[in-house]
Amino acid sequence: MEISPWILFWASIFTSNILLTNFLGMCSYLSVSREVESSFGLGTAVFFVTTATTAINWVVYHLIIVPADIIYLQYIIFIIVIAAFVQLTEIIVERFSPVLYYSLGIFLPLITVNCAILGISLFMIIRDYSFIQSVTFGAGSGLGWLLAIMLLAGIRTRLKEKFIPTGLQGAGMSLLITGIMALAFIGFSGIVNVQ
Amino acid sequence: MNYQKILYEILILAGISGLLATLIVVAKAILQNYGDCEIDINGKRKVTVKGGSSLLTVLAEENIFVPSACGGRGSCGACKCKVIDGGGPVLPTEKPYFTPAELSDNNRLACQVKVKNNIKIEIPEEIFNIRKFKAKVAKVEEFTYDIKGVTFDLISPREIDFQAGQYVQLRSPKYGKIRESVTRAYSISSKPSLENQLQLIIRKVPEGICTTWVHDFLKVGQEVEITGPYGDFFIRDTQADIIFVAGGSGKAPIKSMLEDLAEKGCQRKMSYFFGARTAKDLYLTDYMDSFKDKFPDFTYYPILSHPEATDNWEGKTGFVMPHFPDALRDPKNTEAYLCGSPGMIAAVTKGLKELGVPEDKIYYDSFA
Repeated sequence: MEISPWILFWASIFTSNILLTNFLGMCSYLSVSREVESSFGLGTAVFFVTTATTAINWVVYHLIIVPADIIYLQYIIFIIVIAAFVQLTEIIVERFSPVLYYSLGIFLPLITVNCAILGISLFMIIRDYSFIQSVTFGAGSGLGWLLAIMLLAGIRTRLKEKFIPTGLQGAGMSLLITGIMALAFIGFSGIVNVQ
Repeated sequence: MNYQKILYEILILAGISGLLATLIVVAKAILQNYGDCEIDINGKRKVTVKGGSSLLTVLAEENIFVPSACGGRGSCGACKCKVIDGGGPVLPTEKPYFTPAELSDNNRLACQVKVKNNIKIEIPEEIFNIRKFKAKVAKVEEFTYDIKGVTFDLISPREIDFQAGQYVQLRSPKYGKIRESVTRAYSISSKPSLENQLQLIIRKVPEGICTTWVHDFLKVGQEVEITGPYGDFFIRDTQADIIFVAGGSGKAPIKSMLEDLAEKGCQRKMSYFFGARTAKDLYLTDYMDSFKDKFPDFTYYPILSHPEATDNWEGKTGFVMPHFPDALRDPKNTEAYLCGSPGMIAAVTKGLKELGVPEDKIYYDSFA
């Protein structure tokens, strides 16, 4: 695919936001978005993990999976790589940077099974991105996820004081807001299409 | 051919997983090794543990059982304790469970605090005292046709520190046709000052796994496993009048309380209502009566709901509630301690409230 990594980076934040156009990574998005502070921590962790795992998974895919002709096993292998990477990062961060651990590290276990992260690795394969493209796509998608959860957290914080009908409280309201946000993001989609 | 390929693919997958697993294990061994850490509990006891795991896990390994319902995932908030020093900053995962005042008072969730260095904690005395005991049956007394008193000698630890009214959990092993080991709670009926022994009063429940074992299989000299003490059913230290109400084996905690109060020279006015069906359900009557010599104002009222003609019963009959006015001097200044079945507790609580005893002064231990 002949798309500039730079454009891909911005596109994955705005025009094809992984959360708002693909609705991936919803579970932690809905459960952690109660407070801006923890949303920022989780979003940053997602950004870091997506960037690093797209890079690792690209290498694993092109150096192991393709030569060994086991493409049908890519899902399992990607998940194992992501899980192990998250665990290792957690251990390392906890030891060497307690400050970072308390602001970010504790969210790492939450995103081991975040489908956005697996989704990004799979998109990178389906769309046949180069290494540079993959990394910028991973980073952009992570930032896009961070942006989406921060927006929702901001709105939810303001909603705390407002009256919400019983049936819509909690996840119901969050999903409505997400839908409206996704509509707003459609406005970007005329700029460039990376699907 | 095909089967070679399958084997080859499995090997690659196993290779990748194995490599990553090894990496994690090595990283854990090197990086999560915090050496020996010392935990100072309530300033009374110091334990040395291997660092790296959560406070909850470490304490459980030391046989200190902080309550936990979710098993350490930070979702129940039951394992609250105070970490005075060395616990690190409060995590966002803990914040929802505390008020700002509790947070500034060093409250933490034990499952979220990792032991990485020497730390100083405070836990409620009741939890701190909970131990697992090895004990030996010293004596079995038959109180009625279906109630036995079993006395245990504590082997290790040798001593138990409890408040009169608390209960322990007794573990029954597999026996006969019963293929599972169960734990059941029984109130301690002996007095706290008897610290090397425990007496439990156990009524045989039809089809009950643990009670059948106690009644039909437990022999003097046999070793058992007991954990405790648990519970917050104990005498409040006030000067209010006391009214005790018990039924069946509910006599156990009240007996412990009375013995304890007698030793402490309690001067409060006390009355004790014991409800039973017939005369053959009564036990320890003379012993309970004898407490009137140890207290300035104590009365024991055994009450039969269904006395039989052969009982020649001349005492009180019917339910216990109608007899309360005889003993109530000043309902507002009366504490009630109830022990019995949930149905009896509900009925007696209702009766007491109607007579004007404040609800927050009615304490009970209900057994199902």
